[in-house]
Amino acid sequence: MVHLTSPAFKTNAARAMRDPGLQKALGTAKGAFLQRRAAAVAALPEFEALRDIGREIKNHTLAHLDFYLETFAANVERVGGKVHWCSTAEEARATVLKICQDEGAKTVTKGKSMISEELGINDHLEAHGIQPVETDLGEYILQLRREHPSHIIAPAFHLNREDWEADFRRMHTDLPPDRVFAERRDILAEARTRLREKFLAADVGITGANFLIAETGSSVIVTNEGNGDLTQTLPRVHIALASIEKVVPTLEDCCSLLRLLARSATGQDFSVYTTFSTGPKRAPDLDGPEAYHVVLLDNGRSNMMGTEFQEMLRCIRCAACMNHCPVYGAVGGHAYGWVYPGPMGSVLTPSLVGVEKTGHLPNASTFCGKCESVCPVKIPLPKMMRHWREREFERHLTPASMRRGLGLWAWFAQRPALYRAVTRFGIGAVALLGRGRGSFRSLPLAGGWTEGRDLPVPEGGTFMARYKAQQRKAAR
Amino acid sequence: MSKDAILSAIRRGLKRGPLPEDQQAMLRARMAAHPRHLIPARSRVARPAQVALFVGNVEKEFGTVERVADAAEIPAAIAQYLAGQNLPPRFVMAPHPELQALPWGRAPMLAHEARRAQASDLVSVQHGFAGVAETGTLMLPSDPARPTTLNILADTEIVVLRSSAIVGAYEEAWDRLRTAGKLGDPHASGVMPRNVMFVTGPSRSADIEQTLELGAHGPRRLHIVLLDDDPEAR
Ligand code: SF4
Repeated sequence: MVHLTSPAFKTNAARAMRDPGLQKALGTAKGAFLQRRAAAVAALPEFEALRDIGREIKNHTLAHLDFYLETFAANVERVGGKVHWCSTAEEARATVLKICQDEGAKTVTKGKSMISEELGINDHLEAHGIQPVETDLGEYILQLRREHPSHIIAPAFHLNREDWEADFRRMHTDLPPDRVFAERRDILAEARTRLREKFLAADVGITGANFLIAETGSSVIVTNEGNGDLTQTLPRVHIALASIEKVVPTLEDCCSLLRLLARSATGQDFSVYTTFSTGPKRAPDLDGPEAYHVVLLDNGRSNMMGTEFQEMLRCIRCAACMNHCPVYGAVGGHAYGWVYPGPMGSVLTPSLVGVEKTGHLPNASTFCGKCESVCPVKIPLPKMMRHWREREFERHLTPASMRRGLGLWAWFAQRPALYRAVTRFGIGAVALLGRGRGSFRSLPLAGGWTEGRDLPVPEGGTFMARYKAQQRKAAR
Repeated sequence: MSKDAILSAIRRGLKRGPLPEDQQAMLRARMAAHPRHLIPARSRVARPAQVALFVGNVEKEFGTVERVADAAEIPAAIAQYLAGQNLPPRFVMAPHPELQALPWGRAPMLAHEARRAQASDLVSVQHGFAGVAETGTLMLPSDPARPTTLNILADTEIVVLRSSAIVGAYEEAWDRLRTAGKLGDPHASGVMPRNVMFVTGPSRSADIEQTLELGAHGPRRLHIVLLDDDPEAR
């Protein structure tokens, strides 16, 4: 499994905010996604109605998840494929390794898959003498750099073009060192040539799955590059890694979700390749893999059923929530310390790896509500982060200083007159401190808060005082 | 066993045992009926407008389209396209009866082999099963006459598509495929083809600074030769 650094979220975040390369990359990348999504959504008047439909399809599926999973598995087996049910990451790793070993595999090509990150499958295969090759362009450079993705659909979100050029020069040593990368296209072309040989040589291809279709027993991948299709078509064996919540009942249900996915993710109307794979090569076919496996991973998800976090299982991994999140935009994906960053990660990670080590994540939120407002399946992310905060507080996992502060606040808040008097005094004191400037870069006793943001100097009284003044004005 | 453990954890969460038979029957009926949901209005237009929407969307996604009135013109159209792109007059072609029946003798410089694609093939010619107007998307199902490798290995993919095969929405393309199955096509007995690709424009990547660049691992060019065989769609 990917090494967990979520307990060090605060240090991670502070480091991220001091990293000029990362800050530059975050600045470049973010705007592009936001504008494209907004344009794609504006061009489809039915988008809002489709969000409700998407939510209902997923709710219906989750309410009958056992039935649809069993139907999916039966249909995969009917066409000659094999389904491996795995409760844990460990079990899934062992399953994948065994399939590769039985095949005598030397190299394995891989399409982009967040589940494979959850499993840490690359290290496991390498440790057993099998060479995994990432073929998604972003994943490829991360493999060269020995890094993990910082974003669920754009894994190299944290890199700049200079990083690509430097890494390609460093790693592709058989090419002339003084070659020119005049355009981004030239970087793309070099990766394409390099990976061609790998596609042709691989014994096994591993992909993820954006959806599983119960009615037909199909796994679905959505990509722009075409690497996923080369991965699942050319080798003798195709393994699709999928978590249990990826299943939907029918092709029509899938179509409605597909109308939401690309628009929410990259702001395209539709991704270039949306491919449905169903079983191994049929007898008269001229191409396709001879064996087709689906590794169906639970890894803690079934325990979310029936809890306040069940709705998180509607997620279609579009990344809109992180693209629109001010916290993600400030610190990037690696600071979150596990596979899934951003608001969806702040809800999912504690569910999958336990809140004890990840309690900082649900706190990494400004509660601006933007994530929920763009989520294509309307997952109430802020509410769920609040649930985690409450649970964490109940379990007394909140740091003592914070508990004391909140306890004190609660005591005052239950005594309105006193509360108002104290806040009036406090506001006055802070305003006095900040006279002549617009905001504080740091503030005594609030270092944790001002380290990453500026506190505006209060102007003119508490909210209650202003509200009363307004009311008086209105009454006149 | 993990299967049982996963299913019982799900049922525990849902606070019930396995679904009773009558409820299972209802869910099976829903799958058999596979109801459609909302279909965007943009493709609910008359046939000529639907074909125009398809062509417009293909071009928006950086594909190209040439319309021909007669199947006999297709070989010359392909020869001209290849010459225009400075490509050699050779390609690998889907062994589909409709493609094999074309009068290739009319473009004598063109050479083709009907087979699956190999890494060295620069150009492939595929038989299009359906076109979806709402996003300019091709539906390319695999069968012995339509190998999947033709869609992914060549640098340039040319797809021959009939205008009568253009539909408005994805759901209508699935309907065509479901019907083809019942008619005893290669996808007999209602089984899904091994592979069904929806293709929208040539391959691209946005992984470098989130800027879309054409020409990732799949074809760098996607060209559609559209045969106007549907009088209603002209
Ligand atoms: S939580 Fe919603 S917005 Fe975030 S990735 Fe999942 S589906 Fe997309």
